[in-house]
Amino acid sequence: MQVVSVTQSAAHATLWDSWRHHARTLLHAAVRPEEVAWNQGVEQASLFANVNLGRVDLTDKPPNNHSSIVISKAFLELARSVAAHSDCTRWALLYRMLWRQTLGGERALLAMATDADVRLAGRWAKAVGRDIHKMHAFVRFRRVDDGFLEPHAPTQRQCFIAWFEPEHDIVRLTAAFFQRRFAAMNWSILTPRECVHWQGTRLQFSPGVTRDHAPSNDVLDDLWRSYYRSIFNPARLKIKAMQSEMPKKYWKNLPEASVIEELIASSQTRTQEMLVTEQRPVKAAPKNAYLRGLREMDSGGLDDDGL
Amino acid sequence: MELQQKLEILADAAKYDASCASSGAARKDSRAGRGVGSTGGAGICHSYTPDGRCISLLKVLMTNVCLYDCHYCVNRRSSNVERARFTPEEVVNITLDFYKRNYIEGLFLSSGIIRSADYTMELVTEVARQLRELHHFRGYIHLKTIPEASPELIERAGRFADRISINIELPIQSSLVALAPEKNLPRTLAAMAHIRNKIDESRDSVMASPIRAGAGAGNPGAATKPAAIKSGPVKSAPAKAAPFARSQSTQMIIGADASTDAVILQRADSLYHDYKLRRVYYSGFSPTAQPSILLPPQAPPLLREHRLYQADWLLRFYEFKVEEIASAHAPNLDLEVDPKLGWALQNRASFPIDINRAAREQLLRIPGVGVRSVDRIISARRFARLRLADLVRLRLAMKKLLPFIVAADHHPQNSLDSEHLRARFVPPTQLALDFVNAVKPSPLDLQATLSGEM
Repeated sequence: MQVVSVTQSAAHATLWDSWRHHARTLLHAAVRPEEVAWNQGVEQASLFANVNLGRVDLTDKPPNNHSSIVISKAFLELARSVAAHSDCTRWALLYRMLWRQTLGGERALLAMATDADVRLAGRWAKAVGRDIHKMHAFVRFRRVDDGFLEPHAPTQRQCFIAWFEPEHDIVRLTAAFFQRRFAAMNWSILTPRECVHWQGTRLQFSPGVTRDHAPSNDVLDDLWRSYYRSIFNPARLKIKAMQSEMPKKYWKNLPEASVIEELIASSQTRTQEMLVTEQRPVKAAPKNAYLRGLREMDSGGLDDDGL
Repeated sequence: MELQQKLEILADAAKYDASCASSGAARKDSRAGRGVGSTGGAGICHSYTPDGRCISLLKVLMTNVCLYDCHYCVNRRSSNVERARFTPEEVVNITLDFYKRNYIEGLFLSSGIIRSADYTMELVTEVARQLRELHHFRGYIHLKTIPEASPELIERAGRFADRISINIELPIQSSLVALAPEKNLPRTLAAMAHIRNKIDESRDSVMASPIRAGAGAGNPGAATKPAAIKSGPVKSAPAKAAPFARSQSTQMIIGADASTDAVILQRADSLYHDYKLRRVYYSGFSPTAQPSILLPPQAPPLLREHRLYQADWLLRFYEFKVEEIASAHAPNLDLEVDPKLGWALQNRASFPIDINRAAREQLLRIPGVGVRSVDRIISARRFARLRLADLVRLRLAMKKLLPFIVAADHHPQNSLDSEHLRARFVPPTQLALDFVNAVKPSPLDLQATLSGEM
């Protein structure tokens, strides 16, 4: 049994890079998945480090020599998502799937939708995808004076800081989205896992921090809550539908969530009042040239239902 | 009036418009620009209110003062609601401030009709113009247009917007005559046809532009794309059409008039096919603090709206026809069971369906099996004959589909012919149609509407 450690280091900026490096080496040495124990984040002398190996290309590029093993782009994309999942057995799953598709001879593995490994990887990738989607949605930027995080040269650009608590390792998978969208602002997204910063030239990453590094409110929060209150329709309460899309775990970092309870509590009374309000009569059309024009158009028009 | 108070009035006035989608826009971002914003991926819902609706766009009216008297609308002239009016700059600033905090995907702007259709349309378009031209805003803009506005103004609105919509509101002209006397169905349809042509022209022009044509020149497949066929050979493509919104949508109010589900779905079907609408929204008429003498005091059950969305999905993604779901002799959808299950119960001779052999269009008819699951079944059965355990692994709703399928180790025998089959899906206490305590959709149903699977 070989023990392999997936670790961030100078050579491998991300765990994903580290896993790819190890997987490539192991696969080339034809090490079977059941002969490897994967762990993460702990520096250990890997037993196979002194095995002298050629290379297995773990990218989507076509093989440029016969010792390369071709991995499908679809698997690489799936694996990139699975690698961000927080379950510590993901590295073993990915290596097992990699081995099965190559040395194991199951080239069409990914098409076997009922295979247990394929299903599990699919579920994890979906969970990561959902986490990414929720991060795109629920990050809330707060305006700060420049130099809030650390003193640097003053800038003409507006500066914002957000705090978010993702479930999986997705900061690097979401950074490009925020860069495309908010290229003209300076911003940082702080999370307990990893932080990302943008000041107009390139994305920078730093280790995770605690909540107190980020501002806790914004001058626009009240106006936003006013909007949230007003767009809510008390006559159609569907709390479960809300919570299935915006689970409570996100509420503590959403400025609008503080008014949810009050909206729910008052909705029944508000609706009841609507139902007992006296119905209003029709009001005659005011004198208006435009309305008169409409009536003239109508009198010459069709009146069938056209179905 | 304070900005906050205006926002309260003009958001309250806009909330009965169900549409909030931010999908279907062209790919654009702010990397080269001076402003903020990006579009082009899937739509994003930035928050949800306790009515279960998503907040994707800042949805407000320019003003809720209105000349019209549409009785399903809280802003009609006979309503006593408090009135307000934004300046274009106010809407622009709130949009940008909200956008920079990642509260929203963009703006959905509509308006009560003041002075004339053209005057109102210009007011709404001015906001979009300022966002795009003065602030280089690349986020999503959805503009509501007025059928009676001049074609030039609609084209101008379409230049700035990602989506354009006109609300049809009621499916037939006679209902409009009764409840919305200023509105007119033929005029609305004519404006939708105009918008459809502009969307097509703009898209074809993009497809045939030198950059695209050059890129596709070495690719023999490019010529077979539908859009390329439509615009003819690349060389004779029309002069470059002005940019225009990518899609249009509409909304129908449910339960304000006596229209049956069949009438509503026929109208929707025609809008999808003849006018190429991206989405038809169904909005159950909802009680307001300004009830009209012309409307029923009681709102329709929310479940009716839910069933219409399910039926809409069957029309668009499951190859169903309106007559199969809502026919002349049963013009309203069954509230107790979803329309796909309802069809299966009515058409038992089409079952059981063998999941190992049936064609894709047959698999799509199985209750409880969604489009993605159909794809997975087709993919997986190439390798082995599928058994029930495989279907469990695909996380299908087994209880729902067992009577309707044949698998390698399963045949429903005579349970398909059982008189009690329907009762298996309908809790016995709710057999009577009870509108006060209407059947609530199960969590699974809700999930299904969100993912589109049935």
